[in-house]
Amino acid sequence: MSSKRLVSAFDIIGPIMVGPSSSHTAGAVRLGRLGRAILGAQPQQAILGLHGSFARTGKGHGSDRALIAGLLALSTDDPRIRESLELARTAGMAVTFHTVDLGEDAHPNSVEMILRAGEQEVRVVGASVGGGMVEIQAINQYPISFTGEHETLLVAAEDRPGTIHAITGLFLKYRLNIAFSRVERKQRGGEAIQIFETDAQIPEDMIEALEDFYWVLWARHIPKLLD
Amino acid sequence: MFDSLAEMIALAETQKQPLHQIVIAREAALIDRPPETIWALMCKRLEVMRRSTEEGVSRPVHSLSGISGGGAWKLWQQLENGYQPITGPILSRAIARAMAVNEVNAGMGCIVATPTAGSAGILPGVLLTLQEAYGFSDEQIINALFTASGVGAVIARRASISGAAGGCQAETGSAAAMAAAAAVELLGGTPHQSGQAVAITLKNMLGLVCDPVAGLVEVPCVKRNAAGAAQCFIAVDLALAGIESVIPPDEVIDAMANIGRRMDARFKETAEGGLAATPTGRRLAQIIWDGKPSAELKA
Repeated sequence: MSSKRLVSAFDIIGPIMVGPSSSHTAGAVRLGRLGRAILGAQPQQAILGLHGSFARTGKGHGSDRALIAGLLALSTDDPRIRESLELARTAGMAVTFHTVDLGEDAHPNSVEMILRAGEQEVRVVGASVGGGMVEIQAINQYPISFTGEHETLLVAAEDRPGTIHAITGLFLKYRLNIAFSRVERKQRGGEAIQIFETDAQIPEDMIEALEDFYWVLWARHIPKLLD
Repeated sequence: MFDSLAEMIALAETQKQPLHQIVIAREAALIDRPPETIWALMCKRLEVMRRSTEEGVSRPVHSLSGISGGGAWKLWQQLENGYQPITGPILSRAIARAMAVNEVNAGMGCIVATPTAGSAGILPGVLLTLQEAYGFSDEQIINALFTASGVGAVIARRASISGAAGGCQAETGSAAAMAAAAAVELLGGTPHQSGQAVAITLKNMLGLVCDPVAGLVEVPCVKRNAAGAAQCFIAVDLALAGIESVIPPDEVIDAMANIGRRMDARFKETAEGGLAATPTGRRLAQIIWDGKPSAELKA
């Protein structure tokens, strides 16, 4: 399972983390953090489906505690990861776990997170691909791919001409350089998710500006994962 | 970072620079941060590595499950008491430190994944012991960490550094290979010799399965870190003597990827094969999964 992404020195020498497993513990924390960022709030309810090795050996590696720690926005090196089940209870986050089969092609360390806060709900599939590196692979059943290595902007919008032009116009206004961008859509003229990865930090008022476009369904800033 | 070790080594040779400088330059371009920031990030990692080795040798550290722990401290005590290890004064201490980090990891302590948590003992065990033995500065050790990261990045790109995807060869094999390249550079070898050390290390660890008891990063991981440090030392001595690997490093990495892909899922971190599937392995797993107190495990 080779990685096609650009690997940094700090993917290899790092993360600094609470043990015992980079893929099952640190990677799980990161997946939880990305899930929370995609929801755009701390979840009140989290239904976590564990696939493959996550399901079989996750408990012994503290993957359950680690995913919850990430949903609570803890870092990979936070000693409170051990107590995250109690922290979630105190924070009013209801969490359930079950086993899922995401298919043969799914990475052995995959999780499907259904996260709810108020009226919001997202369904996120992500994988911990080794050494603490992670990849988000689907949001609301759209196949997408980003890693949290960069500042990321997700924009769900109606699939119509001119949307990318309008969005990149905002990038120009905020003087942000786009490192990578992609568009994922299910069908022509339906809903599309656009992914922009940047080097510099994405300002929060840019999200508001994006959501002012009537054809934008939602926009999220996914902060870069740091350890 | 780099697609191949051949590319990385050729760049070092044509620019007449050590591997670490090639890696630092590439990293600065990749993550778009000034060299001082990159240096500071690695500095912080070295500090955490040092703390985890010290913690694990200075007192017996036990895991939450109770099936591992205290080994590094035992060996360290033995060495402190004047025991003459047959692995020699340097390797024996590297082994103790490698185990120390993994025991701290199993105790949910803080470590640096190098490249993974399960293999986190090898690089600090080797490099901090070489620092102690040869008096290398922190700056030299940090440079060595960059060299190691360049090797790890190539392995991650061409093969895998995940036990779930590639078996233990992908974790402790990668870690030992990374440490070998870094150690060769520290000890005055050429970039080419670093590459040879990577090839020799990985060749000697090909096919190693990931078969942790109860799926925990403890048995046999702690002792495999000791073994990884030893494999690294063997390869470093061979490479520095000018001994060549018949199969070039990138081809060895590709062979590891191939073996990892074909390896049965039972031998890739699922705790369904190998040592995990032995009668004792299964018995321990049952006790752990049933949530019995750890005291029963030690009996």
